[in-house]
Formats: sequence, C-alpha cells, structure tokens
Amino acid sequence: MPVRPTAARPARPALPTLLALSLAAAATLTACGSGSGSDPDTIKVSFKQSTDNSIKVMDTYLADIKKQFEKANPGKKVEFVPIKAPDSEYYTKLQQMLRSPKTAPDLVYEDTFLINSDITSGYLKPLDPYLAKWRDWKQFIDTAKEAAKGEDGKTYGIPDGTDTRGLWFSKDIFKKAGLPADWQPKTWNDVLDAARTIKQKAPDVIPLNVYTGKPVGEAATMQTFEMLLYGTTNDGNTDPLYDKSAKKWVAGSQGFKDALTFVETVYEEKLGPDVSDALDPNVMTRVRGEWLPQGKLAIALDGSWLPQDWLPGSGHEWPEWSDELGLAAMPTQNGQAPGKVSMSGGWTWSIPAKAGNPDLAFEFIKTMQTKTNAQKWYVANSGIAVRNDVAKDPSYVNAQPGIKFFTDLVASTHYRPAYPAYPKVSTAVQEAMEGVTTGDMSVEDAAKGYDEELRAAADDQVIEK
Amino acid sequence: MTRARSLSRSLTRALPVAPAVVLLLLFLAGPIAYCAYIAFTDLQLTGQAEDSFVGFDNFRTAFGDEAFLNAVWLTLVFTVISALLGQNTLGLGLAMLMQRASKPVRTLTGAVVITAWVLPEVVAGFLLYAFFRREGTLNAILDWLRLPTQNWLFTLPILAVSFANVWRGTAFSMLVYSAALNEIPKEITEAAEVDGAGGWRRMWHITLPMIRRSIGTNLMLITLQTLSVFGLIWVMTRGGPGGKSQTLPLFMYEEAFQKSMIGYGTAVALLLLVVGSLFSVFYLRLLRTEV
Repeated sequence: MPVRPTAARPARPALPTLLALSLAAAATLTACGSGSGSDPDTIKVSFKQSTDNSIKVMDTYLADIKKQFEKANPGKKVEFVPIKAPDSEYYTKLQQMLRSPKTAPDLVYEDTFLINSDITSGYLKPLDPYLAKWRDWKQFIDTAKEAAKGEDGKTYGIPDGTDTRGLWFSKDIFKKAGLPADWQPKTWNDVLDAARTIKQKAPDVIPLNVYTGKPVGEAATMQTFEMLLYGTTNDGNTDPLYDKSAKKWVAGSQGFKDALTFVETVYEEKLGPDVSDALDPNVMTRVRGEWLPQGKLAIALDGSWLPQDWLPGSGHEWPEWSDELGLAAMPTQNGQAPGKVSMSGGWTWSIPAKAGNPDLAFEFIKTMQTKTNAQKWYVANSGIAVRNDVAKDPSYVNAQPGIKFFTDLVASTHYRPAYPAYPKVSTAVQEAMEGVTTGDMSVEDAAKGYDEELRAAADDQVIEK
Repeated sequence: MTRARSLSRSLTRALPVAPAVVLLLLFLAGPIAYCAYIAFTDLQLTGQAEDSFVGFDNFRTAFGDEAFLNAVWLTLVFTVISALLGQNTLGLGLAMLMQRASKPVRTLTGAVVITAWVLPEVVAGFLLYAFFRREGTLNAILDWLRLPTQNWLFTLPILAVSFANVWRGTAFSMLVYSAALNEIPKEITEAAEVDGAGGWRRMWHITLPMIRRSIGTNLMLITLQTLSVFGLIWVMTRGGPGGKSQTLPLFMYEEAFQKSMIGYGTAVALLLLVVGSLFSVFYLRLLRTEV
C-alpha cells in the first residue's frame, strides 16, 4: 500500500524533540568515557591480565592492595581496567588508551621493553617530584632504577621486580641420557652436545627448546637471541646490539651471525621442537604448561618466572618441579669471562601524562611498594627482588627454590638497549630468526636482511662492526 | 505553491534526516578523512614526540617493500582461490543442486552451510585451526585412509586459509544464487527442455544468462568481503610461517600496531581500498555491458 503524504503529518510537532534527542545522543556518544579524572576520588588502574583464565596471580595481588588502599584512604576508590591480551596486543591497546585524556587510566603497567618508546611519545609523567619525597626509593637497586629512566634522565616508572634467564633441564631425562644431574655447561657446544646426546638416547622427547620467530614476539628476541648474542663479546661488558658511546645500533657483527647459526643448528639438526610447533603462537604456554611438567622437553632456555604457573592456586600446580628440574646458567659462546650470561627486563608502574588523578595514583604505587607488599608480589609472580631490603630478607630468599639461583644471575645480567627504535629492531631480529628456523634463509642472507631492516628502523643511526 | 513555501516544506522534510546526516559525517566521513590524512604522515603509535607530513613517502616505501608486494600477491591468490573460484562456483553448484533436491535434503544442506556462515569469524577460525593442525581432524582422516599427513597450516598456509574462507563464505553465495534461480520462470526452462536442450546447454544458454546480474553482484560482494578478511587468518596462522599467508590486512595490522607505524599502515589500508575499488569498477562494467 502506498503511503499517503499526509500520513507524516501527526508526527510533525514531535520533530524538534526528535532532533534534540538525536543530537543529545550524538553528544553522549562522542563524550563517552569522559576522562579518567572525571571523578577525583576514583583511580583507574590498567594492567595486563593473563590470557590463561586459570592464572589469577596479578588479579589476586591487586585485589588485596585495593582493599588496603581503600581502607587507608577513606572515600577513595580503585577501579581496575584489565587488558586481557597477549603481550604484543597489550602494548598496542595501552598505547591507544594513553593517546587521549578520555581513555588514559591513572596508573598503567609498562614493560621496560617499551617504556622509552612511550616516554618519547610523551605518554608518561616524570615521577621525580614524587620520588624526592618518598623514602622507600632509596631501597631500590640502581640497575632497576635505570630501567625506567628516559633519555632526559628523569624517572618514569617504579619497577616491581626484575627477571633473569637460564637453562631449565629435566633431571629424569638427563639420567636416561646418561648426563649429570648437576649439569653446568661451559660453552654453547656443551649445550648442543647435551641436546645431541638426548636426541640419540631419548628419541621420544624434545631435546632443547629455544623460542624463535615472529609468532612469540619479544620472547624470541630476549629469551633466545640476546641470551646468545650477549655471550659473544670478549669482555662481557660491551653491548653487541647498541654502541652507547656512538649512540648507534650495531650492524654486521660476527656475534650476530654466530647467534643465528646457533638457532639454525638447533632446528636444522632437529634438536628443537618441530618447526611448525616452534612457530605456533601458543608455544610458550605449551612449554610451561605441557612439555616441561609432562617430561616431554629436556632443556628449556627460559625465564625465572616459570614457577608462577606451577605454584599452588595457579591452575597448573606442579610442586614437584624443584625436585624434577635442574637449573644451569647459560654459558658464554666459548666459555670466555664472565662465563655466564643473563638478560633482565621487568615491568614498572607508571603514571600516564594524561592521567586525571596522578597524585592519588602515586599513593597507590606507594601502597603496592611497601616492603611487605613488594615481597609478597616477588614471591607470587616468581620475580626477582629489586629492593635491597627484600633481597637480603631470608624469608624471601627461602620462599621458593630457584630464587637464589636467579637472584645470583643478576651479577652477570644485561639490560636491553630499550630505546625508541628497539621494538622495531626486535621484530627485525625475529624475522631473521624465523628465516633460519624454517630453512628459507641462510645465516648470511638473514643477517643481511636484518642489517637492512635495522637501517630503516634506526633511521640510519647504524655502526658496522 | 510559492517558492518560499516549497523551500520551507523541503526543509521540514529534510529535518528528520538531519540527525542521521550529522551522525554519518561525524562518525563515518570524519574518521575516513582523518585516515586519508594520516596516510601522508609519519605518525607512530609510540616512540615519537611529534608527527609530520611526509607526502607520498609511505606509498614509495610500500612499493619498495618486498613484504608488501608479497602481501599484495597473497591477497590476490587468496581472493581468487577462495572467493572467485571457491565460494562463487560452490555456492552456484549447491544452489542448483538444491533446486532439484527433495525438501528434507534441501533443509539439511541449507542448515549445515548456513551454520558456517552464522558462526563468528573467530570461532570459525579456531574450528578450522583445529581441523588443519598437526593433531587435527584432517590428519586423523588421512591417517585412517593411510595417506601421508602433514601440518597443513605450516606447509600450505595460504591454501588452508583459503579453504577456511570457502567453508565459511559459501553460504552467502548459495543464498544469492538460490534467490536468483527461483526467479527464473519455469516455462522458459520447460520450453527449452521440450526443444531438446540438455542440462549443460540449458545452464549455459538459459540459466547463466538469466542470473548474470546476480553473478555480478555476488562476485562484487564476496570479493570485497574476502579482501578484508582478517580474523580468520589471524587465528589460524597469524600470517605465518615466514609471511606465507600474510595478506594485506594482516600486513597492515603488523605495520600499524606491532611496529607502531600508524602512518605507513594507514597508507597500506588506502592501497587496499584502491584494490577493492578496482575490482568493483571491473564488475560494474561487466554488469553494464549487454544489458
């Protein structure tokens, strides 16, 4: 039935109302989430929530701090804005939130890997005025303080622990393969030889896992590549990735090629997991949730935080791990001084430049970082203490097996050159690794590809070595 | 009717549309224009204090970037295999078979195919990841048939994701073609049958020409849909291994959000838009001729 033109008539008086309503709707839509500072009594805290639903280490810890904070500050409220995403997507989401005062939380959890990049973008607030008045800051170790410092010398984050890396090995498989239970390799070849022996004597297990390629992201760069690369220098001090005195990134080094050759050897000789498993984005979860606990993996080059998944209440309890797994430091390439290598990173709590309640946010940091709370956190997430008073406390040192081993590694650890170009440099490293892992590229070609990417990523600030 | 009255009348008539137009300008045209602008800057998500206008630099970078060219090639392969060959022909075939099938068969086939279409992209992605992975269903079947197995997502990633897209998208083409086939008057087919035209001849000379417009519309729609598929590939392979299934949307995501190069990523998005328009223009011309 055709609609008569007059049919619209009765609606006419309502038109202005309709228009007003629509505009009001448009206004609300554009103003949605109108600033974290809209309520001066509420602070919004963003953090990375585990993608594994059974793991609630961070959630539990923060809920406890919230209770303490709200009790100590009557009338103030804490609201959590958890971001449930894998690492690489967490950064992206966070950076998008930090861009606008409408979405910026009051407190964010920042990976030291990206903090300089975010500082350069002007996303974060310098904390120096707060730190000057905070007595506990003196307890933090110097290396950790460096991790959250911008190129302008100001501090932009409070570290809540650090981490180190080493070799985890299954004593059971080692016994089967006739290898010692107190295994301590001296060179890269010792590591490869052990893997070769295992391949021969225990063919049904994966001899050695080293993360590789783009699917695992920064884990490939840090847990594998840099653990190798920083062991190629002669003195254990020079940075093989970035020349601090020249302020330039290092291209074309022999150490880079040697580290790639190690990765190539692992996958070419089938000492590692099947390449298709190694390049599965979920391989990290499998290593700690499946392969290690089920005795399917002999050696894993991985981080100090692994036991947080195996603690009671974590969802994948494995209390026997300390009897079943051995720990060894990653050796330098040819056993040159200092003999062992580790890399350290960690996360910090930072206040966004566009936060609405920065003062209250710092109060929350202070609550998190009392000695008792900090210690509780280090133990809960298998972190390494960055506070002197905690590191010396016997109740921390004895809280878990492994803490002493990984804390001792701090003496021979390296921090990444986390300058703004680093995330791109890291991706270039992963691409080179992926090339040699799949066998699509020779070490020479992959290293050449890296040098080209590096030039683009670092704006030609490159030095040949 | 005086001019003033007619003006006021047309204004009154335009009034109800005004909020919609304002909203469209605000939420659709605004962001698109902003995106087009960003494509000519070096805006980054992080690591940069200020962005600046760089002209055509991003586009020059793209055409000199092997990874970009690889992504363009894979996007074309993905679109041709999954949309033009897969969804289109399979959808047409199914629609034709269903014309003749009995009611229960028709209902059952329809239900199965449409379920795949209704499933959210990510769920479909996980289902097909489970189908193709090394311990997956496909290999279990092959193993049972004593055929060699392999990790399909690793050895033939672009084919695996193309197949996944065919599985998911066939329903759409089937619905379009079913509707078109129902429109063909029975007398014409019957007359052709009486004249002694066999099945193939009837299809070639009657059915296909009569549904030509639907073919064009279907091709255009599924091409545009397929060009922008992201979730399915992301879930199944993340564009890997080694970029072997990295189509343009994934390449764009990596550049924009993982390497933080928003400006460059947006430029790639604009190029994707151009590819889409080229396809559209091609189909539109195809539709216009011989009408």
